[in-house]
This record gives sequence, C-alpha cells and structure tokens, in this order.
Amino acid sequence: MIAFEHVGKAYDGRVAVDDVSLSIAQGEFVAVIGPSGSGKSTMLRMVNRLVEHDSGRILFAGDEIRSFKPEALRLRMGYAIQSIGLIPHWTVEQNIAAVPELLGWPPPRVRDRVAELLELLHLAPDAYRRRYPHQLSGGQQQRVGVARALAGDPAILLMDEPFGSLDPVTRDSLQQEIARIHKSSGKTILFVTHDIDEALRLATRIVLLDRGRVVQDGTPREILARPAADFVSEFVGRGDIGIKLLGLDTVSGLVRHGDSAAGEPIPISASLREALSIAIARGVDRLPVADEQGRPVGAIAVGDITKPRP
Amino acid sequence: MKAKRLVRDPLPWFTALLVFFVFGMDALQPIFAAAFPELARPVFTQDSFPALTAAHLELVAISSAAATLFGVGIGIFVTRASGLEFRPMLERVVAIGQTFPPVAVLAVAAPVLGFGERPALIALALYGLLPIVQNTVAGIESVPGSAREAAAGLGMSAARILRRIELPLAMPVIIAGIRTSVIINIGTAALASTVGARSLGTPIIVGLAGFNTAYVIQGAIVVGLLAIVVDLGFDRLLRFLDRWRESETRDSSSRAARVPHTP
Repeated sequence: MIAFEHVGKAYDGRVAVDDVSLSIAQGEFVAVIGPSGSGKSTMLRMVNRLVEHDSGRILFAGDEIRSFKPEALRLRMGYAIQSIGLIPHWTVEQNIAAVPELLGWPPPRVRDRVAELLELLHLAPDAYRRRYPHQLSGGQQQRVGVARALAGDPAILLMDEPFGSLDPVTRDSLQQEIARIHKSSGKTILFVTHDIDEALRLATRIVLLDRGRVVQDGTPREILARPAADFVSEFVGRGDIGIKLLGLDTVSGLVRHGDSAAGEPIPISASLREALSIAIARGVDRLPVADEQGRPVGAIAVGDITKPRP
Repeated sequence: MKAKRLVRDPLPWFTALLVFFVFGMDALQPIFAAAFPELARPVFTQDSFPALTAAHLELVAISSAAATLFGVGIGIFVTRASGLEFRPMLERVVAIGQTFPPVAVLAVAAPVLGFGERPALIALALYGLLPIVQNTVAGIESVPGSAREAAAGLGMSAARILRRIELPLAMPVIIAGIRTSVIINIGTAALASTVGARSLGTPIIVGLAGFNTAYVIQGAIVVGLLAIVVDLGFDRLLRFLDRWRESETRDSSSRAARVPHTP
C-alpha cells in the first residue's frame, strides 16, 4: 500500500528523516513511534505530500507519490491530526462532508455518509450534525476529526497523534473505537504516537524511530521481547517490559475451563496484565472468568500467568 | 420584547434623523434664524442637501470600493507563499502611510492631479487602502494553522482553502478594516471640497470662509450623522457574519478565539 525506499528529508541541513525504508501492506495498523524530534510526524506528512521528501522514493499503491497531484493524493488518504483541525465556521456535518464534496458525491449520498459516520463514532446524528466545533467537548471534536478522515472511504488512514491532547478516559474510548474500525473495515492505518502503550495496544506493527532512523520494526511482541538496541528497551520502559508483554495476550488462552473461583468474574477478553493486576489487588491467586454474555467459563490462576512461556 | 428591542436599536433612529436633516434642512430655517440672528441667510441654499449628500456618498462609495478591491487584493497577495517577500516592505509603507494625515494627502494630490473630483477620489482611495490591507493580513493570519493544515490534508487546493477557509474566517476582521476605511473616508471626503469636488464639506468650507457658523454646523451635522449611520450598519453586518460564533455553546467558555474588530 505504502512503501518508503531510502527516503530522506532535511530541514535547513538538519536531518529529520534519514534513509528510511519501510513497506506497509494492505490492512496493517502501523504505529510509528519515537521521542519528539525523531522525524515521525515528518514521515507521516511526507506520505500525503504536506512535506516533500528530498531523496528516495515513496510509493502509494505501486506509484511514486509525486506522480499524483497532491490534492488528488490527499483525497485518497484520510488525515487526522492532534489539534483536530476542525474548520471552526463549519458545522459537524460540513466538516465531515468536506472530502465527499470534494469527490463530487451527490448530496443525498453525502448526507447518508455523514449520518453513518456519526453513528459509527457514537455521536447521535440528529443531535450533532448541526453543531459547530466549539460547541463540542475535546473528545467529541476528535470523534468528528476521525469521522472526517474516514468520510471519503480512503484507502489509507494517516493519523498524527490524534488522541494526544485528550484526557485518559476519552483517549481510552477513542482507542477502542479506532481498533474496532480497523478490525471491521480492514483499512491500512499509519499512526504516529509517542505513547508506547497506545502503540502496543493498537498496532499490528510498530516502527521505532530515533533521530530520523528506523531503530526497530516489528510486532509489539518482538519489540518487547527482543529489543534491538538499548534505546528500544529504554523507550518501551525497561522496568515493565514483562508487564507490557502480558498486556498483549488475553485471558482466553490460559483459562482452565470448568474450573471455578470465588469473586466477581473478569471478562475473557481482558488482558493477562489486567487479570494479574486484579488478582494482586484482591489478594487472591485465582480469578473466575466469564464470557461476553457474563456466563462463567472457568478460572485463571496467577501461577499460569507468571509461568515462563516460550 | 421585540418592540422593546426595536426601540433600543439606534440604527433606525439615527437613520431617521439623517433623513430629516438631509431633506428637511429648509424647515429648520426659523431655528437657525433664531440662533444666528446676525446672519442674513442662516440656511445653506447654494446647493441642495440631498444633492450634496449624494455627491458625498458617491465620492465615498467609489473611493472605498477601489480601496477595498486593491486593499484586499494586496492583503491576500502578501499572505501567499509567492508574495511573502513583499511583506516587510508593505508593512513599512503601511506604517508610514498611517501617520500621514488625510489633509496632507489631499494637499499633495491637488497640485499633482489638478482640481476637481479626480484628485479627491485618488487621495481618498489611497488613504482608505491602509486599514484594509492591514486588516486583511491580520484576518488571514488569525486563521488557525490547524484549520489550514487540516484543509490541505483533506485535499483542498490552495485556491479553495483561500475561498472556503481563509476568507470566511478572516471576513469579520477584513470587514472591520473596511469599516474603519469607510468611516475615515466619510470624514475626509468633506475635505474634498477644498480641492473643488462637491461634497458635504462645501457648506462647511463656505461657512468657514464667510464666517457663517450656521453653514458649518449644518454640514457637520449631516457628515456626522452619515458616519454614525454607516458605522451602525457595519456593526449590524459584523454581527450577522459572526453569528456562527454566537450560537448557543455547550459550556459557557466558548472555544472560538475572538479577534479584535479594530485595526
């Protein structure tokens, strides 16, 4: 879908992106992560040509991005940014409809699309479509921002720290939202963040950037289990790599079916990290597990969670 | 409730007052005669006030239209990537121009361009240019960068961003600049009579030359009312343009950044 081939970019002689090669396949959720100034935003913005790369090639669906008109290229890529960037004098509906209108969709189709997206992001269409951005909370604004990025049914979604300015609770619910949208739509997502937990939680693949270079590129598990350099283990947080690894697996793999335990059951979709945390908080070594409908399925033992696994 | 608001609204009152003074000046003959018993002709009659007002408004309309056209054009140009380098030069010219009194502009224009309406129009347009350029630049700069970047990221062309994002968001500030410019021009146009153009300044100049205080007062009242009415009209227009900001907010603290309306 997107390929970087030895891409470089410098601002006034200061190197921002240095010889980056990266190939992103259809349907991947790639998190580009790194400290500030690592070139991660520049990388993202080169994809839709808000920033032009100096050297190398960037391919979109097999073609060099310079062979597209910038506007035409951007219409095929959804774009959401941290500051949200809603157009302040446009209503929610006008904001979301921006790309469909540029694409020349007929008005009834645009209206339906706006309603569909508002539903998707859990905003009641009739209550919100005529509101202005300043009448929304930060979380609602960001929902509209995501809806707008999705509006033209883009081939790829570019997100530049979209949840960076939100409070933890709102951020958490929007992360769930975007994970759900990725699962159901199978869209390719390129996501820039400086939050390792966000990356571990959402991405199918993490690209770690430092001073414009790719330090490591792999699945969340690989990044945690086999950090390629000191920088990586430091960045992901040396002290709690183990805990973060537990965050990648759900309880379902370790449930002893038919077993039982006392107390409030935990959902089967909970991560091992959550299970361990709950067990420690309750001071027990076994927890009952229930499925999505709340029916008991078995129990999980703390010993199973902490047992060394290959 | 509605009637009360209507009574409090100053625009219709001042408009009525203006119409009265323009068309009913002759009816005030006894009052001026009583106030200035030493004057043989206490009301200016060499020209009719409706005709003078029309000529005055024509001067203002033509010069302000030209000033708006060029002012907004220049303002847009220096905020484009291609015009950015002219920005410092323009700012210097604006700063110098602003300190120039309008009378001086007229005084310089007359010997160069001759007497009559032409030098008056050119001087008025030039002087009216400055607040418009300044406010156009300030207005376009007040557009949040995130809105501009998001619009570009969505796939809007530069021309479309200017038309759909930058100009609408900058419009209140630009209109405020035009308002300042027009109000200055309404006052300055009175001075156009010194270089031979017909305007509401004519009774003032004639009055000053002939020690006829009544003429001066008559001209000044109409010019003053004209400025007030036009200013209130702009106020109305600005409120209309800003209505999306006023719409009922979810929380009391509106997020919309307010921009100053004066240059």
